[in-house]
Amino acid sequence: MNYLSGEYLTGGYGGADIIRDCNIFVDKGEIAVVVGPNGAGKSTAMKALLGMLNLHKGHVFLDGQDISGMSPQQRVSQGMAFVPQNQNVFVTMTVQENLEMGAYLRRDNITETMNQVFELFPVLKEKRKQIAGELSGGQRQQVAVGRALMTRPSVLMLDEPTAGVSPIVMDELFDRIIEVKRTGIAILMVEQNARQALNIADRGFVLVTGENRFTDTGEALLANEEVRKSFLGG
Amino acid sequence: MNNKNRVVLSFSIMALLLLTVGYGQSWNVALAIFNMCLISAVMSMGLNMQWGYAGLFNAGVMASTAIGGLTAVLVSYSPVMKAWSAGGTPLTAAFTALLITIAFGLLVWKKIKKGFFRSLCMTAVVLTGYVFMRIYYDEATLAIEAIEPAKTGFLGGLGLPIIFSWIAGGLAAAGLAWIVGRISLGLRSDYFAIATLGISEIMISILKNEDWLSRGVKNVTGLDRPVPYEVDLQQSEWFINLVTRFHGTADDGSPVSADILRETIQLSAGVFVKICYSGLFLAVVLIILWFATRALNSPWGRMMRAIRDNETAASAMGKDVTSRHRQVFIIGSAVIGIAGAMLTTLDGQFTPGSYIPLRFTFLIWVMVIIGGSGNNLGAIIGAFITWFVWIEAEPASLWLVSHVNVLLAETNPLRVHLQEVAPHIRMVLMGLILVLVLRFTPKGILPEKAPEHY
Amino acid sequence: MENSIDLLNALALISNYVLIPSLSYGSQLALGAVGVTLVFGILRFANFAHGELMAFGCMATIFFTWWFQSMGITHSFFPTALLAMPFAVLLTVLLVAVIDRSVFRFYRRNKSRPVTFVVASVGVMFMLNGLVRILVGTDEIIFRDGQKFLIKAGAFKKMTGLSEGLALKQTQVLTVVLAIIAVFLLFWFLQRTRTGKAMRAFSDNEDLALLSGINPERVVMVTWIVAASLATLAGVLYGLDKSFKPIVYFHLLLPIFASAIVGGIGQPVGAIIGGYIVAFSEITATYAFKKFITYLAPDNFAPEGLGQLLSTEYKFAVSFIILVIVLLVRPTGILRGRVL
Ligand SMILES: Nc1ncnc2c1ncn2[C@@H]1O[C@H](COP(=O)(O)OP(=O)(O)OP(=O)(O)O)[C@@H](O)[C@H]1O
Ligand SMILES: [Mg+2]
Repeated sequence: MNYLSGEYLTGGYGGADIIRDCNIFVDKGEIAVVVGPNGAGKSTAMKALLGMLNLHKGHVFLDGQDISGMSPQQRVSQGMAFVPQNQNVFVTMTVQENLEMGAYLRRDNITETMNQVFELFPVLKEKRKQIAGELSGGQRQQVAVGRALMTRPSVLMLDEPTAGVSPIVMDELFDRIIEVKRTGIAILMVEQNARQALNIADRGFVLVTGENRFTDTGEALLANEEVRKSFLGG
Repeated sequence: MNNKNRVVLSFSIMALLLLTVGYGQSWNVALAIFNMCLISAVMSMGLNMQWGYAGLFNAGVMASTAIGGLTAVLVSYSPVMKAWSAGGTPLTAAFTALLITIAFGLLVWKKIKKGFFRSLCMTAVVLTGYVFMRIYYDEATLAIEAIEPAKTGFLGGLGLPIIFSWIAGGLAAAGLAWIVGRISLGLRSDYFAIATLGISEIMISILKNEDWLSRGVKNVTGLDRPVPYEVDLQQSEWFINLVTRFHGTADDGSPVSADILRETIQLSAGVFVKICYSGLFLAVVLIILWFATRALNSPWGRMMRAIRDNETAASAMGKDVTSRHRQVFIIGSAVIGIAGAMLTTLDGQFTPGSYIPLRFTFLIWVMVIIGGSGNNLGAIIGAFITWFVWIEAEPASLWLVSHVNVLLAETNPLRVHLQEVAPHIRMVLMGLILVLVLRFTPKGILPEKAPEHY
Repeated sequence: MENSIDLLNALALISNYVLIPSLSYGSQLALGAVGVTLVFGILRFANFAHGELMAFGCMATIFFTWWFQSMGITHSFFPTALLAMPFAVLLTVLLVAVIDRSVFRFYRRNKSRPVTFVVASVGVMFMLNGLVRILVGTDEIIFRDGQKFLIKAGAFKKMTGLSEGLALKQTQVLTVVLAIIAVFLLFWFLQRTRTGKAMRAFSDNEDLALLSGINPERVVMVTWIVAASLATLAGVLYGLDKSFKPIVYFHLLLPIFASAIVGGIGQPVGAIIGGYIVAFSEITATYAFKKFITYLAPDNFAPEGLGQLLSTEYKFAVSFIILVIVLLVRPTGILRGRVL
């Protein structure tokens, strides 16, 4: 049994089902990457795992426990953290307040975690008093990831964390994500930069029109001729 | 229950209620309620176009009603010549100044590039224009309002039959809606609601304070009527004969006494006049209903509902949402304006002080919501039920209070207080009905026919 | 010499009739507008029942005041209403909690469109409107006791030798002071406390707030509590300053909405600025400047008219014109709130 797994997830936004019989899973200390064309339903699958979608079918398991009936907040309190694709920071609040909000559910002292985040993303320490809306795109993504880490999650879910950032920053962000993984967190990530992402991935899922097309280790997917041709641009 | 049965059932119940009032209280009361129900139905059909078809939150229904009422005065009251000769010239001058100011303003807006300089020029134009307008305007109003203030003190109207004002009122309300729509459409619903609320408050302030136009709070009374007067009826041969034919003999066949006959004639005159009004109003209701239903089922109506249900998708498909909204806002306001003129006609007087938003805006909202947004017959039945409850809640609560009061001593302050505040029970009742309908049958008594997709 | 006295007279005049009234009226509007803007920020709808809520809060204060007075609890200097107000706040908060539970929560759960909330708030407006009138009637009620003036016009004239009097009502000072305290507490709450920050976060980005584990129901409840408290305060201050009349609170709705929009919807600081802007414009536009101009103009000159931009009855027009200007010039409002 995997640490987090969604099995046969089927559902949408009220109209037709966007994802059908989708299977996605990840273990602790592992990076799993979901790739696929635009509109494939990647973000929708992430939302399904988080309980932000009404599912017709399928279950979500966390640490062996069926959490399909839980609200998003309950899942967050169970150790899931999510960085959405868009609007993933509180733009009217300072960097520090963003991090504090990430730790909203925690009643213990959060300074240690915050320092860890600052270690991971030193820029944020510098800009801690600045309004998040005034940061650059890359810095914003760091705030978003930092906010998610503040809960000390066991699963970190990222929806295109590198959207709109330069290649250098992207590499750096991936490095940080690997660092996070080493602390024993399970990481599930949707990525547009499929090649680089699969490079660091232990596991990969190729999603097309809401269904699993390929599921394998990152390495194997990179080696797969068909995947390379259709999804990695050759 | 299918829709047709619902329609038949709800209208039958309504008819039964009115008949009960007719037998129980009096026919005069029942017909008075019926007439107001008809006028309310026109209002709620108008609002239903805006809200039910297009999803516009118009919180300024009262503005259309009031301008319709004003039009009734301006069309039917005979012109006050003395006032025209005293104040006509400066008033024309003030109006010209207004037009010139607007022209200059538009010129500045068009010709000068956006920026500080334009704002400066604009301010200068507006201020200069304002000063000139005020000078002439103050002169005009002083002169006009000085002419027999106790009797007229205003310009009067055109002296035409009042029935013309029903059309003119609609046009005036449409014109006002065009201006309001220019300013506030294309924004989120909340903003539109607040803007329209503001317009209606301003409209009422104007009517209350511009004595030269509407006599203000001094009211205009004794308006022309499209139907005969009771006193004339009581004198006329044919009417007396008519009444005698129906009521002239007692049960045993002997003629009734002259006193009783006179009384009957008086009562019948009231009823007859009300029936005349009912006929006119019913005609208006049916005509508007016919148009409204056709419009709703036309491609235009379908597009309107498509926009309502998904504005983003509609505008993505290249539909000009704002101008469609403007259309429906203008048409709906015109219908409400017609009702406003009808209302003033029925009252025979124009009393700006009586326009309050709760009664003339939000009560119409209650009608549309409980009747069934988007359904024209629903708007009508909603108007009937709401008005019926609105009127009958007062005697009902007084009756209720009087029963509680039996328990209290004559001089008990609570007793006096209850007696005084009983009429407000209907406010609570209206709110309660609105909230309950919105919660448990959000589609109203007669739901919209087309399936909604969300 | 003559000139400088004229200048002082003009100053006294304008303070007495424009500045001081604007400050206190502005404070009342600001408190109301903050409530509206908070509800808008968190619950995302324009609450048409806010005016009636103010009326209810004021009414509750009146009842407690009467009760205290009947027990002989009064103060020679401060109005009894101040003591009564906390109890009225509790009652109003309770009422709002009940209303939210029974009316608004359902639509929240259903994720209804904002306009559905607005319609529901119209229903609430009707109910509160009727309730207040049933309980207290429609008459004007003066419930201020204690000292009336801090500075009397006559005393001021004697003291300064000016021909213009300057009166300072105790309620005006109370209004401004209490408003400042309330606003200070509010900002401390929003900026410093966990719950306050959660409210700001929720207003900023609802989905992300949910993902951070912020409990929406709690945030909503706190918002209502704050809004109801401020509404009561605003209602009472308005009632103390003028007098209590149920009908005026409906008409306050427009200037309050205008204040909130001018300041930027969802922005408490903006709402406060907006409140003063609207109040100041309203009073300035409807004040007759004739005497003022006479003081300042060269000798023997007096303007012909009243020097009044708009007659007092048109004060609604001021709110509306401000709304339109904001719309044309800066739809987000001064502090860049949500675009409506
Ligand atoms: N909130 C929503 N309501 C309705 N439909 C939605 C919503 N969000 C997404 N969709 C639809 O669901 C489908 C899948 O969207 P999704 O965001 O999951 O794609 P994606 O794989 O994440 O694409 P991208 O790579 O562009 O982020 C799309 O057709 C989209 O139109
Ligand atoms: Mg996506």
